[in-house]
Amino acid sequence: MTRIDETFARLRGEGRKAFVAYIMAGDPDPDTSMEILRGLPAAGVDIIELGVPFTDPMADGPTIQLAGQRALAAGQTLQKTLDMVAEFRREDDATPIVLMGYYNPIYNRGVDRFLEDAKAVGVDGLIVVDLPPEEDDELCIPAQQAGLNFIRLATPTTDDKRLPKVLTNTSGFVYYVSITGITGAAAAQAEEVAPEVARIKAKTDLPVVVGFGIRTPEAAEAIARVADGAVVGSAIVAKIGEGRPVAEVLEFVRTLAEGAHRG
Amino acid sequence: MAEDLINSFMTGPDERGRFGRFGGRFVSETLMPLILDLEEQYERAKTDESFWAEMDDLWEHYVGRPSPLYFAERLTEHLGGAKVYFKRDELNHTGAHKINNVLGQIILARRMGKTRIIAETGAGQHGVATATVCAKFGLKCVVYMGAHDVERQAPNVFRMRLLGAEVVPVTSGRGTLKDAMNDALRDWVTNVRDTFYCIGTVAGPHPYPAMVRDFQSIIGREAKAQMLKAEGRLPDTLVAAIGGGSNAMGLFYPFLDDKDVRIIGVEAGGKGVDEKMQHCASLTGGRPGVLHGNRTYLLQDDDGQILEGYSISAGLDYPGIGPEHSWLYETGRAEYVAITDAEALEAFQLCCRLEGIIPALEPSHALAHVMKIAPELPRDHLICMNMCGRGDKDIFTVARALGMEMPQAG
Repeated sequence: MTRIDETFARLRGEGRKAFVAYIMAGDPDPDTSMEILRGLPAAGVDIIELGVPFTDPMADGPTIQLAGQRALAAGQTLQKTLDMVAEFRREDDATPIVLMGYYNPIYNRGVDRFLEDAKAVGVDGLIVVDLPPEEDDELCIPAQQAGLNFIRLATPTTDDKRLPKVLTNTSGFVYYVSITGITGAAAAQAEEVAPEVARIKAKTDLPVVVGFGIRTPEAAEAIARVADGAVVGSAIVAKIGEGRPVAEVLEFVRTLAEGAHRG
Repeated sequence: MAEDLINSFMTGPDERGRFGRFGGRFVSETLMPLILDLEEQYERAKTDESFWAEMDDLWEHYVGRPSPLYFAERLTEHLGGAKVYFKRDELNHTGAHKINNVLGQIILARRMGKTRIIAETGAGQHGVATATVCAKFGLKCVVYMGAHDVERQAPNVFRMRLLGAEVVPVTSGRGTLKDAMNDALRDWVTNVRDTFYCIGTVAGPHPYPAMVRDFQSIIGREAKAQMLKAEGRLPDTLVAAIGGGSNAMGLFYPFLDDKDVRIIGVEAGGKGVDEKMQHCASLTGGRPGVLHGNRTYLLQDDDGQILEGYSISAGLDYPGIGPEHSWLYETGRAEYVAITDAEALEAFQLCCRLEGIIPALEPSHALAHVMKIAPELPRDHLICMNMCGRGDKDIFTVARALGMEMPQAG
């Protein structure tokens, strides 16, 4: 059992949906980012997705692209992101952290060394956007062997024929991408998402969490109602990008979490 | 993997889209079904005679193929060594080799029922070729082009717009080819149902590197037959410029198993291949990584962040290279060298004066390497260089680099 499995077991017991929040590690600077990270659990976040900055985030819209650029400009590296997790774990040993990003920084560090370090600092799972099931040998299988969850994205283009392939070797939860598009783009529609979540749940016992295109507490509530949880990224990152004080960012996160938890 | 242990260099990629450890399909799940569908459709088209009949007809009557193999006599005399031939793909319709590939992909897109074509472009040659073929077939065309390139390749931007394409300036990153490719991928992931992504080089996820190579291989097949006719034998050395590497792959591929033919790819050395990284020489100055759907040599920093390359030539300004080149480099079948901006500019001018051909800055890099090696080679040594584009689009850049006045229109 990873912290992710434990969290979903607990939420199920409480009859609640999961609220998953995404922030970019090191955005806008290392200290502010650490302060926000520390404040997420108290704001109601059940699972944290910590973005690993990359120069060429092909699946991300402008909001998260800019966040990555701010973080890189402030000197963020993969090592510093792992250090952030280590520091977070000194105070919080329960809230799951999923690293989300692209393969090249991991490949560049060396898969074995990365997995060993990630496990050691208390990372629970990985979402690597540019590693589809066809490339499972690269990182997915070694990650599971190292005791980390490898969370796969299922999308509107993942048809029934392909779905079993996507669900094989995935663990922790399934991340359903609510739209065809990039992060922060079109708004997710609960009535369109519901049958898709049902379609996935028919094929797996894993929780299905929905992300992309969720920006408001109301949307988080509507989506969480038809799934096991909702992810918000760009809307939070946009507040950070506007230079809002940490307390205001966390207050916004709290309203989103309350929305998702009503769902 | 030693060169002598490989029976053939022409069998790649494998079923996972790998050339050795390079290539692959490193894309998001949203795109994966599209890429598998494309692979299936391309495999079907490849063995379909009617597909190639349509290609051959358009290559001949629309593009103007075969392009000539031309003996550059005055240049040969000037250099005083090897006999230099140009494969004149700059004479193609739209002025570069790019249209060879675009025709193939657009015919495929039409067969797949796609109605909207997107493309990335650096120098603008691929964008112009795509806009041209889309105009011919009445398809909607959107071209992503780095904002920096929009500025330095203004004539091609205007051409694309005349041809009815929408040109989208990309401001993310430094605004060059890499960033244009990111935004094209973002468009594709958003418009999956009706859109076909027409990639301009031998990079991207499988099947693009193999498919683009196959469409460009017309260059090498023609050159082989033409050289046999002109000289009664194969060339001794092939030379071609490399950004992503499509013109080079097109020339090289049909010769890969002709072990006596020396193959040289010329990367953009910018201001010099050193720790300042003011260049685009991915093989000579980079290391393996994963970007834009494939594993290949990349310019990157210690943290695996992709570096912005630099070259005077917008068409070579890309921090990666097609995966098959990475494999040819590591197996030793092909050699790769770098040429600086200054050397390319000198070759550009020499070619204008000695041969009456204004070359693009891209093949000027290849020519600069020919200028280095030809004088040392015997007179019966045959060099075949790919003159893959004409230089009309570059005259403003060259004028600026040489500090010359350019009269302004209007």
